[in-house]
Amino acid sequence: MRITLNGAPRDLACHPAARLLDVLRQECGLTGTKEGCGEGECGACTVLVDGAAVCSCLVPMAQVRGASITTIEGLGDDHPLARAFMDEVGAQCGICTPGMIMTAVTLGPRPSLPRIRTALAGNLCRCTGYEAIYRAIRKP
Amino acid sequence: MRTAISSLELLEPRTLAEALRMLRDEEGVVPLAGATDLYVGLNFGTLETRRFVNLWSLAPLRRIAMRGDTLSIGALATYTALIRSRQVQRRLPMLAQAAREVGGMQIQNRGTLGGNIVNASPAGDTLPVLAAADATVVLRSASEERRVPFAGFYTGYRESLRRPDELITAVEVGPVEGAQWFRKVGTRAAQAISKVVMAAVRGAAPRIALGSVAPTVIRLSRTERALGDGAGIDDAAAIAESEIQPLDDLRSTAGYRRRVASNLLRRFWSDTAPG
Repeated sequence: MRITLNGAPRDLACHPAARLLDVLRQECGLTGTKEGCGEGECGACTVLVDGAAVCSCLVPMAQVRGASITTIEGLGDDHPLARAFMDEVGAQCGICTPGMIMTAVTLGPRPSLPRIRTALAGNLCRCTGYEAIYRAIRKP
Repeated sequence: MRTAISSLELLEPRTLAEALRMLRDEEGVVPLAGATDLYVGLNFGTLETRRFVNLWSLAPLRRIAMRGDTLSIGALATYTALIRSRQVQRRLPMLAQAAREVGGMQIQNRGTLGGNIVNASPAGDTLPVLAAADATVVLRSASEERRVPFAGFYTGYRESLRRPDELITAVEVGPVEGAQWFRKVGTRAAQAISKVVMAAVRGAAPRIALGSVAPTVIRLSRTERALGDGAGIDDAAAIAESEIQPLDDLRSTAGYRRRVASNLLRRFWSDTAPG
């Protein structure tokens, strides 16, 4: 099946019921997307499907046929949000960070704190206490 | 994923008619919408189902529209679509409010109203809203379409009137007169399944529905009648406590749920008191 992956067309020979998460990590070698809980609670596997944040652990490949998928790798090596997370030390162990950034990308520039809190409700971090993460997202 | 991918089969209908024929003709198939529940079961290896009919691409089932005085919500409308819909905000604001409290944004972008109904959990967040709004469920099979009042849709714990060959195609809601009220009580605002969830309407005849306090979502019909007849809130709360059958489980205790249900009733009544 064909998808657009980080801006480039990609043909994949995968089972239609395979999880988007597994195809990204195992078939495409994009291991920036992490598996945390496997039940749509933690948000570590967040990627964008046609611009909308989803938990890739709960998305069968058949449901992204023809869609445009963006992963953390698709943001490039010098994205302002990634830089802000480093500057503000918005990461400790780092497992939640790609998912946090992919959710934050959907908010556009300089979102309000209440909007950030609401949007990040589905991204769990067990290290930082969120304050540095919120500061990083408000920064770019 | 703990379930072997090779054991799974995903049928892919291109039209609603084709999906309905698959449900009629294929052995042991289950409809798959936003996958936010079924894939949790597959990930943990707890789901026995191996064959699914993928509904996600059936765009006509996403439509939210007014038909005369009736708000018609396609079964594949996601929580995000409910939150953004002007018609839902205007006609059924308590549904938009419930949708905002389902999971996080990622789940709201995939989970669907039809999925919430078919999943049939007594804790489903949108279900008390549909009960309090006197919604109608539109069911369709390859041979017929029928309409069932939501109030009578569930027949027991995780059991409903939907036959295996039927799909919910839409939910219809007529005009709701009166102030709408919704409150979910859980461990955390997002990502937590409710301990108690309540939706209510303060019109000429109050309508009160509760989730997580009985095997199915329930309407408190005796409490509604008492309040409609002018009973005080203390008497009404006592009646409400006799109408629910909460359980101890992982998320809460029967005693806590009883107390919270009573408090929610009081809060609804004072929040919506005529100014």
